[in-house]
Amino acid sequence: MSARVLVGVKRVIDYAVKIRVKPDHTGVVTDGVKHSMNPFCEIAVEEAVKLKEKKFVKEVVAVSCGPQQVQETIRTALAMGADRGIHVEVSGKDYETLGPLQVSKILAALAKKEQADLIILGKQAIDDDCNQTGQMTAALLDWPQGTFASEVNIEADMLKVVREVDGGLETIKIKLPAVVTADLRLNTPRYATLPNIMKAKKKKIANVKPADLGVDMSSRLEVLKNIEEADAGGAVQTNTEGLSSLVMEQTLRPVKSGSAPSPIQTRPM
Amino acid sequence: MGMFQRFARLPLKSTYIWSLCPQYSTGLTAAGRALIVRSSQQIQHRCVHSRGLGASPGNPGAAPPRLPFSRVTQEDLAFFRTLLPGRTITDPDLLKSNNVDWLKTVEGNSEVLLRPKTTEEVSQILRYCNERNLAVCPQGGNTGLVGGSVPVFDEIILSTALMNQVISFNNISGILTCQAGCVLENLSNYLEERDFIMPLDLGAKGSCHIGGNVSTNAGGLRLLRYGSLRGTVLGLEVVLADGRALNCLATLRKDNTGYDLKQLFIGSEGTLGVVTAVSILCPRKPKAVNVAFLGCSSFQQLLETFQCCRGMLGEILSAFEFLDASCMSLLEKHLKLTNPITESPFYIVIETAGSNATHDEEKLHKFLEEVMTSSLVNDGTVATEATKIKALWSLRERVTEALTHDGYTYKYDISLPVEKIYDLVQDMRGHLGDMAKNVVGYGHVGDGNLHLNITSPSKDPTLLAAIEPYVYNWTSEWKGSISAEHGLGLKKRNYIYYSKPSEAVALMGSIKAMLDPKGILNPYKTLPDNIHE
Repeated sequence: MSARVLVGVKRVIDYAVKIRVKPDHTGVVTDGVKHSMNPFCEIAVEEAVKLKEKKFVKEVVAVSCGPQQVQETIRTALAMGADRGIHVEVSGKDYETLGPLQVSKILAALAKKEQADLIILGKQAIDDDCNQTGQMTAALLDWPQGTFASEVNIEADMLKVVREVDGGLETIKIKLPAVVTADLRLNTPRYATLPNIMKAKKKKIANVKPADLGVDMSSRLEVLKNIEEADAGGAVQTNTEGLSSLVMEQTLRPVKSGSAPSPIQTRPM
Repeated sequence: MGMFQRFARLPLKSTYIWSLCPQYSTGLTAAGRALIVRSSQQIQHRCVHSRGLGASPGNPGAAPPRLPFSRVTQEDLAFFRTLLPGRTITDPDLLKSNNVDWLKTVEGNSEVLLRPKTTEEVSQILRYCNERNLAVCPQGGNTGLVGGSVPVFDEIILSTALMNQVISFNNISGILTCQAGCVLENLSNYLEERDFIMPLDLGAKGSCHIGGNVSTNAGGLRLLRYGSLRGTVLGLEVVLADGRALNCLATLRKDNTGYDLKQLFIGSEGTLGVVTAVSILCPRKPKAVNVAFLGCSSFQQLLETFQCCRGMLGEILSAFEFLDASCMSLLEKHLKLTNPITESPFYIVIETAGSNATHDEEKLHKFLEEVMTSSLVNDGTVATEATKIKALWSLRERVTEALTHDGYTYKYDISLPVEKIYDLVQDMRGHLGDMAKNVVGYGHVGDGNLHLNITSPSKDPTLLAAIEPYVYNWTSEWKGSISAEHGLGLKKRNYIYYSKPSEAVALMGSIKAMLDPKGILNPYKTLPDNIHE
């Protein structure tokens, strides 16, 4: 098999940082705050590199959308073993409203342009917890999707994916080209070792604009307010006592190991 | 033999009595029973000589016989209960954990645990105990590694657990004033919210008290950058043996008015006074922290990497630690941690802390490129994110834990000229051969401090006899310290002569006699047994 894999990597506020809401409630403080690659994206990169090492894949391309700083995130992917990077330049107002819809349109366009056979993404980002980009990308491309993957195997030109679902584990077989989203137990991302970090400096990162890909960046969502969790006081209306308390327990942290993704991914914002 | 010359002052007449008592140990038992203490008391009844039992040339770490302090009576308990209602503990189940040290190698028989909340209460306790001739064992977090934090016999345990208030913090000068029972990690968290950090950091931070840190002059992982407590502690409040409270809680960076008394108490291990409050100078929290984990093929290369590091990272270097391949295999075997890089004979943990992330990363990457291209280092990885930094640090911080799973551990904390550090490990390996299960070396190589650990499946007196005093003689030959940062406590008190001349030790005895004439503060610790002669 000599497939080309596209891996999406998102630059997010580091998992361990204490999030602070801006005084004007328009968002969270990001200036001077430590950022790093979304943990699920790391798992996605690791899976792509593993597939390359198993010789199922011939090239791994790391993609990230955002301002200049996302190049660091792409470099990290390169240091882990990706072959080249694509930086889709999005800044200013467009970056503030950048969400799964725009990113999935960009990824779909890139997949066609680069003739990718497989797209691997993290299942969700730890800042917005949307869990939508993979699914939307597959729909736009009309490709099959294997989401919440905890195991991926290539069998001829099919992909066997073991998915983590509420009831346990579900195994599906999907045809390539396909979209896979990585869940926590898919693998343990490797440390980028120094020789690879040095090599990564020489790997290419191409710059692309959304307009070049014919993507409309306008957003259909308007964020009204961001408030600290303590002030939220359970903004979700449900008619099931137990369910509402389950939702109120959710925090702005990535889904921890051991729990399957719950059906309602909302939080008091 | 050097051993007997060194111990010429110890009562040698005990040697033969000693060898008849097989249950004697150096106090190191994995099961944590009161062997040394109880057996010494039993033997005291059996043997004719009441003096000279206890430490011997073959067993200098064991407990001496009980000195003639008073025993706790009902009147004493009544006094304590009135002074500290609800905070005078006599329940043996509750006392158990305070009577045993963290390593579970020494156990005392205290029947009373006192928990004062204020300096005034400590003052009254000590005044009373001094009058009644009752021995007192001050106790902080009980994380000491030399048996200095637990009673040997029935000393009253004076715990600082409830003296955990921060008194004040000045965010311009960075001076923190707090009670002695504040847990180090809590102080770190308090300061981090205010953009500062504690000048020291150690593996025991979740349990140790700042008063205990000061009393043992703890070193730790940040000493390379911020210096020792002797520089960062600006003032102390200490209660003396007779109950007088000495308030030297200055919050001044510079104060040259008279003798600097606080230096006497720092590192005195609770034998000269009980520290009740500390004022300490805290550095600003660094904006950018990076950790690099490197692998070297030889110790010589490690040292050259250190020199290169000093030159290229200089002002941003905040830690330089090492561990050897044996440590890594123990971490992999017992704690299931993964080695992030290729297997190497030596591993280095380098931490940088600075005010500008971009500048620091540039410096770090230049340094890493240099050591990689010149082949000083054969592999490595870097971390800038908090979770990855924690993961890399745990490879160094959890070696002590991994060792506890490997069997019985003999621990040595040695200061040596930095070039000689690993020679001792290799020498011990050759010297012990098959007697030892594992001989590992790790530690604060940047400060010239080696943690030499030797494991065996179970306690082995022949192994111990092969290790000691060989290791101490070796250290002494290179003018090193037999206890770099752990202190002397109970276990190492009689080894003091390997690193200090007898005149110095005699002077220490005079100071002790002056400040604590009845010797009630933490007896049997720090100073050698023959100081009483």
